[in-house]
Amino acid sequence: MSTLTKQDTFSSLIEAAPNNFASARATGKEAYVFQGLPAVKAEEYKFTNISKKLEQNLTDFSTAKPLPLTDAQVKAAVHEGFEGSVLVFSNGQFIPGLSSKIDEVEVSLISEKADLPIGSIANPKKDVFAALNQASFQDGLFISVPKKTQVDKAILLLSFDEANEGQVIQPRVWIEVGDFAEVTFIDQTVSVGESTYFVNEVVEVKGGINSQIHYYRLQNEGKNAIEVSTIETDIQKDGRFSSVNISLSGDMVRNNLNLNLKGSNSEGNMYGIYLLNGKSHVDNHTNVDHTIPHAESNELYKGILADQSRGVFNGKIFVRQDAQKTNAFQQNNNILLSEDATVNTKPQLEIWADDVKCSHGCTVGQLDEEALFYLQTRGIDKLQAKGLLLYAFAGEVLEKIETESFREYCDSLIQERLGSKF
Amino acid sequence: MSKDNSILEELTSKEYEHGWSVNFEADEAPIGLNEDIIRWISTKKEEPQWLLEWRLKAFRTWLTMTEPEWANVTYPKIDLQALRYYSAPKQVKKAKNLDEVDPELIAIYERLGISLNEQKRLQGIAVDAVLDSVSVATTFRGTLSKLGIIFCSFSEAVKEHPELVKKYLGSVVPMTDNYYAALNSAVFSDGSFCYIPKGVRCPMELSTYFRINAANTGQFERTLIVADEESYVSYLEGCTAPSRDENQLHAAVVEIHAASHAEVKYSTVQNWFPGDKDGKGGIYNFVTKRGICAGDYSKISWTQVETGSAVTWKYPSCILKGDHSIGEFYSVAVTNNYQQADTGTKMIHIGKNTKSRIVSKGISAGKSQNSYRGQVQVMKRADNARNFSQCDSLLMGDRCGAHTFPYIDINNSSAKVEHEATTSKIGEDQIFYCNQRGIATEDAVALIVNGYAKEVLNQLPMEFAVEAQKLLALTLEGSVG
Repeated sequence: MSTLTKQDTFSSLIEAAPNNFASARATGKEAYVFQGLPAVKAEEYKFTNISKKLEQNLTDFSTAKPLPLTDAQVKAAVHEGFEGSVLVFSNGQFIPGLSSKIDEVEVSLISEKADLPIGSIANPKKDVFAALNQASFQDGLFISVPKKTQVDKAILLLSFDEANEGQVIQPRVWIEVGDFAEVTFIDQTVSVGESTYFVNEVVEVKGGINSQIHYYRLQNEGKNAIEVSTIETDIQKDGRFSSVNISLSGDMVRNNLNLNLKGSNSEGNMYGIYLLNGKSHVDNHTNVDHTIPHAESNELYKGILADQSRGVFNGKIFVRQDAQKTNAFQQNNNILLSEDATVNTKPQLEIWADDVKCSHGCTVGQLDEEALFYLQTRGIDKLQAKGLLLYAFAGEVLEKIETESFREYCDSLIQERLGSKF
Repeated sequence: MSKDNSILEELTSKEYEHGWSVNFEADEAPIGLNEDIIRWISTKKEEPQWLLEWRLKAFRTWLTMTEPEWANVTYPKIDLQALRYYSAPKQVKKAKNLDEVDPELIAIYERLGISLNEQKRLQGIAVDAVLDSVSVATTFRGTLSKLGIIFCSFSEAVKEHPELVKKYLGSVVPMTDNYYAALNSAVFSDGSFCYIPKGVRCPMELSTYFRINAANTGQFERTLIVADEESYVSYLEGCTAPSRDENQLHAAVVEIHAASHAEVKYSTVQNWFPGDKDGKGGIYNFVTKRGICAGDYSKISWTQVETGSAVTWKYPSCILKGDHSIGEFYSVAVTNNYQQADTGTKMIHIGKNTKSRIVSKGISAGKSQNSYRGQVQVMKRADNARNFSQCDSLLMGDRCGAHTFPYIDINNSSAKVEHEATTSKIGEDQIFYCNQRGIATEDAVALIVNGYAKEVLNQLPMEFAVEAQKLLALTLEGSVG
């Protein structure tokens, strides 16, 4: 399928995998070998030459060992005002010792759940990196929220990453949310230092009937980090999954977000901001699959690109033949701030059903000159006015975050970036 | 629902209007494709050595290329060795005036509704009629030549204006551009050539009418339009083919060169045989069309109404090289039964202050698949580039598909690019409203579709607009799902 260069780049990693989940790992390995790393110009990785990046930057194809972390370090990393429970990861490994206990929620290592159908949601055949993770992950986190449980406070998945030059970090998370349950996750990464490493994360979310899941993600990795993440979920009848993804840095970041709407009256929401500078390259690929009638999806991604950064967006909406009465909306807006910034966007609709309402839109442009002028006539200097307008531009996505302390934290990060940088 | 079904059945059983063929003696190349065939064609057309070299070079490049598979279409591959690459009616000499043209050939075009008789035509359209591999007649040449406009078949242009052909052939679509363009460069048989001199506004519409008649042939025509500074021309293209069970290949190349302040308007009504209701037969329409706005303030506008062909693969594009140049693309693509269309455009902004506009309206019915694939690229130096794209899809029936693949690649921070797309079906309330006013469902659908496509149809020259509206109504009447 692919003619890549180093087909067996990661074979040592796969060889060194633990021997649990034998059949899932075998499937993963098979899918990995079959697909190979993306070839140059492979459609799915057309603007993100991840294979070359990995080849140039990774030196040691082994799994990074967990860091020695202290309680104080964890406390210092939790953002101000956060009240929920914290689950700590170190170089991709879940550390129960440093994590909070959560009432009514079952938390354990994935290795303790021998019969978990790993890979049944995030299909390894769809993406080579999901396959790689499935074949070679070390251990991961299992969370189960029982049915009819409302977890009031958000659960923070806090990852500390610092691998030695060129190592691999492969977090794996399995989330189960029972019928009629509601929960909020915040997935946040703290880079310790500026080493080069490769994060290959897979999160599988199994939602129940009428479950409400919020998944917020803050990517603020070191500027040399290379990351591929895959989040995939099946949304059942009356269920709702809302994600907000905020990307602020990273050398090359690729986010795959796949929502499968599997029950009527289900709803999938995807929101995102990529606010980049330096040489950051962030690629958001989202995929919504409407297979049943009467479901809805909404998508809004916004990008602000400065310096030599590059933003890539590819939103796919599939509406299958039986998915009548679907509503699907998609929007991608970008602002380029510098001559050297680039955006490649591809909002893609594929529709096989006729009784649907689908639309997508995408824009690339600049700040409104008149709005800038208006603010200047009111005594706000140009730089500040620009920052203000950009902040308002990003605000439309930020307000989708329902957890107040986290929203304020992201808000302050973005303001700081816009004020100081732009 | 039963009424709708009966209408649908009626629609699907509707015969392709231009499906007949005529038997006449033809001068044909042997079946197959190799360097000898290319030499054979070149000798047949009495071409100069440089053109033969050019063809052979294209052929050798083509041998190294592979058939593209990225398009959203599936079809049984064509055995290119089983095709005939040249077929011409046995009327060896091209007639100087229409009285000399074989009446049988004129009759073919009469039957298609294209009168080659200058007196009988509506004023203002000059036609180059291409049958299989050769141009059989070109009308109004006298009138045009008084203004210095050259409008003739490609073979004549090679003989009479070799310097122009040599200068512009392959300048917009290089022979190595893609698989089918390379194939066309190697074996192209005929086509139209048009040159509008400096400062001349062409007083009439120029038009080419393509007809495939012979079986087992491919049609590979090549059109080259050169508009010199401050000139204007409006160009039309129409095409039909007989109904045959096997698929036929049509791989054309169209090149447009617009110098500064020149404007070229290119309109197509494509009505190749689409195959029967079970998807058997039909034309594979793999066409490369591209224009370059080479000079400042030049403009190229593509308008297309695509109703025919079993499989369409076509992206009329504009390279906006001159500062302040403008590219436009207006398209209505209709697919029914098992037709597949993957069509769209590329707008490549290179010059400063360039503008482009894309309006694409897709209509899918039956079991067809209709894709829009477009690219808007703003290069680093293209300051203040502006693009607006709109691509809407209309679905009729729940067994068809509509797909949109817009690529937007921006490398300049002063660019303003907008893209929007919607997908919907004809509202029951709209139909009901029409029914209420005494308009039958069938007519209501035609009415709504025509309204939906109006923005594009308005861009067509008058005679074509009438034909296009009829075609739309014919292809779609009654396909309410």
